[in-house]
Amino acid sequence: MNLLDHKGVPLDKQGLTWKEMAGQPISKLDDEAFTRVRIILMNGIELDALRLSHIGARMNADLRLPLARVRRIEQHQATAVSWLIGADHSPLETTIAYEQVAIEVTAAVAQQEPDPYLAQVYRFGLLEDFDHLYRYSALLDRMEGKDANNILQGNTDIVPGRPTVDEHRAPEDDLRHPYTAKADLLSKLHATLITAAEYQTHDFYMTIGPTFADPVARQLYAEIASIEEQHVTQYGSLLNPRQSFLELWLLHEAAEVYGYYSCAQSESNPRLRALWERFCDYELGHLHHVCELMKQHERRDPAEVLSRELPAPLPFHSQREFVREVLATEVDLRASGPDFVPVEQENPASIAYRERVNADGSPSTEVAAAYHWTSGTELNRPLARAA
Amino acid sequence: MENVTRSGFNRTGAQTSLHTVQNMQAFADEQSPSGPSHIDGVLEGRSIASVRAESVHAAERIGSVPIPTTLTGVLATGLSKLTGHRPEVLVDKLGERLAFERTGVRLYQALIDKAEAVQADVALPFTIGELKHIRDEELEHMHIVTSALEGLGADPTAQTPCADVAGVASSGAMQVLSDPRTTIAQCLETILSVELTDGAGWDLLIRLSGSAGQDDLIKPFSEALAREQVHAQQVKGWLERAVVDDLD
Repeated sequence: MNLLDHKGVPLDKQGLTWKEMAGQPISKLDDEAFTRVRIILMNGIELDALRLSHIGARMNADLRLPLARVRRIEQHQATAVSWLIGADHSPLETTIAYEQVAIEVTAAVAQQEPDPYLAQVYRFGLLEDFDHLYRYSALLDRMEGKDANNILQGNTDIVPGRPTVDEHRAPEDDLRHPYTAKADLLSKLHATLITAAEYQTHDFYMTIGPTFADPVARQLYAEIASIEEQHVTQYGSLLNPRQSFLELWLLHEAAEVYGYYSCAQSESNPRLRALWERFCDYELGHLHHVCELMKQHERRDPAEVLSRELPAPLPFHSQREFVREVLATEVDLRASGPDFVPVEQENPASIAYRERVNADGSPSTEVAAAYHWTSGTELNRPLARAA
Repeated sequence: MENVTRSGFNRTGAQTSLHTVQNMQAFADEQSPSGPSHIDGVLEGRSIASVRAESVHAAERIGSVPIPTTLTGVLATGLSKLTGHRPEVLVDKLGERLAFERTGVRLYQALIDKAEAVQADVALPFTIGELKHIRDEELEHMHIVTSALEGLGADPTAQTPCADVAGVASSGAMQVLSDPRTTIAQCLETILSVELTDGAGWDLLIRLSGSAGQDDLIKPFSEALAREQVHAQQVKGWLERAVVDDLD
């Protein structure tokens, strides 16, 4: 797709009714897992658009009105996307889906990323979310008596990754080197997308964590929400801090176009494909709106930031073999400042921090002690059947 | 959309992608901890028991049973005449029954709304009038309990701990009844469990009222119990018809 030539739908022609926003949800049982993955990813991106917009409005008096106009429709888009998740998803089942997003989308990004350092960052974070999936699957099995694979549909493995208990790091070990002004557009889109997805995951866990009655769940969500905050810190630090606000905004709109475009290319549900296409056109409208603002306020040509052609769409399918390979070769990596090092060279500050937060025990370790994912839940294992 | 469930491409099971799930299982077998399948003969997952036990010991209660706000209220009314050591138990359970019946009215209304929406397309195992009759009886039962609490000098507008817990327990029922995707049969299954719980609740309340010396409550409560037992039988019959008709 040509980003600069496709003008999309003008802002004043965009709008949704309440019924369009709160429309028919997907089927948890019949729709494919990657339809849910797309929904969660795009919801995360829309919510991050609102977040960025509000931060920008606090610091840019001249942009407050255009930001408010775009934000209004973005919020309605976010609603339409978020409301696609059916009410029969328990919060914990939705959590399994969130981790599937974090694994499958980050794995796809890691393989497409042209910058080797950035690709390493994604592989590093990927193995941590991979472990979260294992811990939450144990919780789903042992608390609700459900098989996480009902959500994952055979696309994502359920085994330990980098142990969550070891993921707690000092803040200085979560900051990474940012991409530079000359970075490939795809690198900038990747960092924007993954930061948005992780931010949403953090906020979701912070919202639903206290709604659980079981102390095991409350503790596990508290622990993993903290890691998600670390991930937001990590991925957010990839964004070049020297970019102007308008450049950040422009890139965010480009990431939204890229996200919806990628979703539309792979969607199996016709109703959702039509929605992704409609919102892709909306985002193109936002993008060109911001292009004009950049010309007006910064006297800059948006083509300096955007390449003409949108990169190849983000693939939405199982990345099992890649994830297994990364697991086999990089699970023992740790962080030392912005660099990745063997476990024995980890920064002592992170070790000290970890000892402090784990002093009263490790919820993620306790919930998954001896957990061995079994199709149909661990109660379906032969020895359990004989009990 | 017709109000029945048909077979289709449900993707949740292992057999939907058998080869993939076998691969996934083999990897899980290779990568997962190789501990015993049972720990001391107890099912797996017991590692979380210590977390739960510690929390149970440290936990505070959900809340308290409200006491009458004025001394006059206590002396002038029945609460002072309650026998037994813990009169608050009766108030708590009355609060639970009140909340349960109040929610019951809303649950039946949700079923009525759904039934009215689909009645032109499917054969219903009940009439809308029968549902409305039950809904109205749930409302009557709510008012019986309200009067009982007022008679004791207790506050019927307060949410007692058992009322709160009953609300948590029935929240799933409301999710099922109000979901436009659920069928009449699925709703009846849910209502049946509500009715069976309701009957057991009235039975317990009658015994509790007797042991608390509140004999004047036994008659209206027994009448409510009898009606709830009829409800449960009716719903059970409708559910059977709905499911059998679904098979036809």
